Amino acid sequence: MTTKILFAGFGGQGILFSGKFLAYEGLLEGRQVSWLPSYGPEMRGGTANCSVILSDTPVGSPIVNNPDVLIAMNLPSYDKYENAVEKGGKVFVDSSLIARGAVREDVNTYFIPATRLASENGMPTLANMIILGKVIKETSVIPFENVERALRKVISAKRADMLDINMKALKLGYDYEG
Amino acid sequence: MSEKVLMKGNEAIAEAAILCGCRHYYGYPITPQTEVAAYMAKRMPKIGGVFLQAESEIAAINMVIGTAAAGCRVMTSSSSPGISLKSEGLSYMAGCDLPALVVNVQRGGPGLGGIQPSQSDYFQATRGGGHGDYHMIVLAPASVQEMADMTVKGFELADKYRIPCMLLADGTMGQMMEPVSLDITAPEKIEKPWAVTGTGCKRAHNVVNSLSLNPEELENWNMERFERYKKLAEEETLYEEYCMDDAEICVVAFGIAARVSKNAIDAARAKGVKVGMVRPITLYPFPKAPLLKAAEHCKSFISVELSMGQMIEDVELAIRCKRPVTLCNRTGGLIPTPEQVLDSILKANEM
Repeated sequence: MTTKILFAGFGGQGILFSGKFLAYEGLLEGRQVSWLPSYGPEMRGGTANCSVILSDTPVGSPIVNNPDVLIAMNLPSYDKYENAVEKGGKVFVDSSLIARGAVREDVNTYFIPATRLASENGMPTLANMIILGKVIKETSVIPFENVERALRKVISAKRADMLDINMKALKLGYDYEG
Repeated sequence: MSEKVLMKGNEAIAEAAILCGCRHYYGYPITPQTEVAAYMAKRMPKIGGVFLQAESEIAAINMVIGTAAAGCRVMTSSSSPGISLKSEGLSYMAGCDLPALVVNVQRGGPGLGGIQPSQSDYFQATRGGGHGDYHMIVLAPASVQEMADMTVKGFELADKYRIPCMLLADGTMGQMMEPVSLDITAPEKIEKPWAVTGTGCKRAHNVVNSLSLNPEELENWNMERFERYKKLAEEETLYEEYCMDDAEICVVAFGIAARVSKNAIDAARAKGVKVGMVRPITLYPFPKAPLLKAAEHCKSFISVELSMGQMIEDVELAIRCKRPVTLCNRTGGLIPTPEQVLDSILKANEM
């Protein structure tokens, strides 16, 4: 079983971080994983994306051209990648930032107002983790029981105070029914 | 085995170098290899090492020359345009028989080019880069684990043969993260009686130099050096074979191109096409023997590269043009997709 995931949005939305979190949980489960960021002049406000592959066999190409799971956190990313998603794949859209609906009918699209939920719940920088909570709920990519140990790997000891709020964000997305 | 950690390829190089006892790093920032320098800047001062951001790539390579001449394990890293700047120094190092590790995380060229991944410095790396009769050892990792392992190999071979070693990676290998085990045994320290370490008034001066105005002497130096290249080719050539046992088509690819090709080969095998791959791990010395052997049972070869076709010439030479070799490529910072490679395989199968 191989799952190809593409995270895409603005720089500063935590696109690379949520990808790294997922890859770490894959590693802790003893699976084969790869994480590949877009790199270059992107910084806050520019575009950012990252390819994550979780697999039971060695990962060949680390580049995700046709994702099984797409997380789109801004309109340019949604426009760019919606057509690339594998038939039957799953698409997660931050509906507070993306006004349009789905064009594809052969994929399952979930609309989560992640950025709005984040600011309403006093965690304005964690829309990425809210949407990721929903991803974990709707796909079998990683079990929710294990999220804490992966968070501990990707949040440095110096920022340990961020652990609880990240857990809360993941749970918020996981429980979101919209 | 130690616990695996998730690391960028660039960071894996830096940590592996430190574990090899490298305590001297000189460099100048350039995308997509800057994490090597950043990692060294953070770590070196804590372990009594030297991190120095030089005023230019040229200054950095000359600092490498000085440190290597003093017998220390030393490295520098850069990306394509920066390597061009270092090329004069590389030639001097070869001429002085100095061991060091030089990392090239390639980006698109020529000129300032772009910042996306490329393999278009193949000629420059495998032919030496600078002027004169020389080669470097060239290692081509295809995973983050190999970024670490080839760093170790690079220091080992450079010391053993007194030949500068280039680790030839690309933007993807540098930027991607994969699980990596850093359970590394540093290569044994080799005695360097030639090093300029101070005589203590107990021996004659050692001289590290690439200049000889006596052509007979210079010829002898070059002859002796090429004897070492010969031994290197006989004893240290590295490659991986994938699905080659019954292959009728042979893909040749290194680094990220080999990763993409594996997907394509799996897809082609699922269609019943007998295709395999020879992945050179040392680009110099080039794995000629396994390719020549493959030419006995393969009807054609495909060179998959992120360039306009450079390694393809070595493939043709290795198989002595006995079989047709086609090129499957992207350039300018783009990477062939598995579908593109699969297309090339299917075309070769119809030939």
